[in-house]
Amino acid sequence: MTETPVLDISNLTVDLPPGADRPKAVEGVGFDVRPHEIVCLVGESGSGKSVIAQTVMGLLPKTLKPSAGKVMLQGEDVLTAGAARLRELRCTRMSMIFQEPMTALNPVMTCGDQIDEVLRTHTQHDEAERRRRIRAILAQVRLPEPDRMIAAYPHQLSGGQRQRIMIAMALVLEPALLIADEPTTALDVTTQAQILELIKEIQRSHATGVLFITHDFGVVAEISHRVAVMQWGRLVEFGPTREVLSRPQHAYTRMLISSVPSMTPRVRSRRADAALVLETKTLGKTYISGGWLGRPTTVRAAEQVSVEVRRGETLGIVGESGSGKSTVARCIARLIEPSDGAILLGGSEIAHMGTGALRPHRRRIQIVFQDPYRSLNPRRTVGESIIEGPTNYGMARAAAFARARELMQLVKLDPLSLDRYPHQFSGGQRQRICIARALAMEPELLIADEAVSALDVSVQAQVLALLDEIRRKLELAMLFITHDLRVAAQVCDRVAVMHQGRVVEYGEAAEIFTRPGHDYTKALLAAAPGRSWEFGAFQGA
Amino acid sequence: MTIVADRILDPAADAAAARVRPGALARLARSPSVLVGAVIIFFMVAVALLAPLLGTVDPARIDPTYRNKLPMSERTITMASGAKETRTYLMGTDSLGRDVYSRVVYGARISLVVGVGVAAISVAIGLVIGLVSGYIRWLDGIVMRFMDGMMAIPGILLAIALVSVWGAGLATVVIAIVVPEIPRVVRLVRSVVLTIREEPYVEAAISVGTPTPLILIRHVLPNTIAPLIVQGTYICAFAILVEAILSFLGIGIPPQIPTWGNIMAEGRTLFRVFPHNILFPGVFLALTVLAVNMLGDGLRDTLDPRMSKRV
Repeated sequence: MTETPVLDISNLTVDLPPGADRPKAVEGVGFDVRPHEIVCLVGESGSGKSVIAQTVMGLLPKTLKPSAGKVMLQGEDVLTAGAARLRELRCTRMSMIFQEPMTALNPVMTCGDQIDEVLRTHTQHDEAERRRRIRAILAQVRLPEPDRMIAAYPHQLSGGQRQRIMIAMALVLEPALLIADEPTTALDVTTQAQILELIKEIQRSHATGVLFITHDFGVVAEISHRVAVMQWGRLVEFGPTREVLSRPQHAYTRMLISSVPSMTPRVRSRRADAALVLETKTLGKTYISGGWLGRPTTVRAAEQVSVEVRRGETLGIVGESGSGKSTVARCIARLIEPSDGAILLGGSEIAHMGTGALRPHRRRIQIVFQDPYRSLNPRRTVGESIIEGPTNYGMARAAAFARARELMQLVKLDPLSLDRYPHQFSGGQRQRICIARALAMEPELLIADEAVSALDVSVQAQVLALLDEIRRKLELAMLFITHDLRVAAQVCDRVAVMHQGRVVEYGEAAEIFTRPGHDYTKALLAAAPGRSWEFGAFQGA
Repeated sequence: MTIVADRILDPAADAAAARVRPGALARLARSPSVLVGAVIIFFMVAVALLAPLLGTVDPARIDPTYRNKLPMSERTITMASGAKETRTYLMGTDSLGRDVYSRVVYGARISLVVGVGVAAISVAIGLVIGLVSGYIRWLDGIVMRFMDGMMAIPGILLAIALVSVWGAGLATVVIAIVVPEIPRVVRLVRSVVLTIREEPYVEAAISVGTPTPLILIRHVLPNTIAPLIVQGTYICAFAILVEAILSFLGIGIPPQIPTWGNIMAEGRTLFRVFPHNILFPGVFLALTVLAVNMLGDGLRDTLDPRMSKRV
């Protein structure tokens, strides 16, 4: 490839305002994107990858200032371009798609009008020509029924369709550079696979160079030609994807890649005769809304869910968003009351117990939530949060605090930091605190509801290791809710695959991952990005 | 699942959050509108508390021989002992010969008591109803429809009805203003509760067996404080105004008790000739309401995170 790069960044430095955690958001970064090429910019949160995208697009917040370096877009330095010139360049020469298509699209404008706006701003075409182009681009991004799409408002489309509209908007003027900032992070895995396929296809048929920002090495392995790895504002490694993934030079890259959970399920020995902790029988939850004046709408969030978890065993419930997996978890934790079926907890039926009768059973099931930033009350010290449960059941405060200190050690945090507030901890640390809070109740069943989904891959690996260690030490039964098949493969002994409220496949993890029976499971496994790549199996190491 | 790693785990944000943020009080002191509002209110409170020491005479004393005098008029009185005393009527006298200055100063007491009293009572009652209504789903519909009904009662009409039943008085006025204000507080509290109820930390509290009243007090209530303080100041300003209106219309506090509304009502008939009867209480009323509103605006800007995010 001798073509001149569409984007050539050299020695880029962006200053952070004084008082930030580090002086530079991005320091001395240089790489290039050629036509017909997808370059992945990968790194954990706070590594500065989005700052680079914003710098190129001229979208940096006013508090961040590029202080050195060049960003050449087809030979033109965008750092020195004025606001008017940048406005001309956007969409015509460079475009960007964002993470969350629902918020990136204007909810009160039809999709057709939003694409039309791009054309009206940058071209002199008459209405008929603009229409023709909109239809052409919608066909290119594989959206069916262009007329319906043109007339539709964003909320009437699915997440995948919305992202396709975004891509259509970005590509309608055939820019030389497309920047995609985590465009599939908010999407389900099967939708993600389709969008990745679309981006690959477009990049093949157009000369577009793509700068793809992601935190997911699966996606990197799936689509990129070259990959740039960022850590704390610095570029630590840049090279052809296969080269970097199989022979990483930098220690950080090696650590990052080794943290990616493998798709090959881990075989673990366990006792088949262990005591049954939880059993659900034809569990179902139906939501009925409206109905006061209008016709009631019924949503079956979960139906006919029958699973069991034994002591020391982890059951994974996997599925995409809306599959009902969280509903099942919340029913079992009795945060909501199931509409039908039974939940047997060590022999007691808790599905329809009233508040009073349920109280002694509450402590036997504990739950760790997805969002570590919202699962701790920001106004209370973490110590207060941990002892809340035990003191509810009559433990003296002093004893509860002593226990909290032990638990902090168990989750590998400083026991002396109990009097600190949640905002003083990082996301991974907060998740450890939530685990400590759950363990303070000495539960028999621990539910992890997407407990590692919001964490960076290296932190995720640590929290998963911690959960596994705790499960073994305390012989806990664990219910692990996740959308991430890689995580499920590593953590679960048995797996229930949920789709549209029903369990479509249920069995040993090893069996399901190697020989899936149901079509949906097959589709799910096939959609997992980078499934053919064994991360961490480095060559020449 | 739509929670995204990037936004959630931002070490920069962590570090920023870990730094000691300036306390709410320090931030408040930096807001000019809070400062100005607080100074004026402090002045009014001082005036009300120190009324007997401010050189006032009995605000109810009628002097038929010295009616409708202009501000700053002086009068020399010969005491029974023969000693002479010169008295200055700073704000003149009204049509019954009462000292307007004394009446305005004493009137501050009623206005402030009504303002603070109405705000405190309606916030307290509204908070409890709002917490319960927002948190307990099945009660919500019933309580809110009842509140909608209460909101439909016009305050002035209610005041007329109450006065005709119980007679005029401070309690009647306070109740008449409190009743239509409660639903507004309830709605505000309920809206906060509805969002906080879904927070994972509340669900975590449920799953560790915290009883509902404790959840409300520990985890939900603290989130309502900031918006309530702001709402409370607006209610206070509104109540001061409404009290003046009711008194002016003659359906509030009895006319012999000096309130700013009563003084203005009394001065209404001779307004063209002697505008001072309305001017002075009017200025005090306007200043107080302005100060309370400024304080409220400033509090909202500093306490409401949505407003402070605006750069």
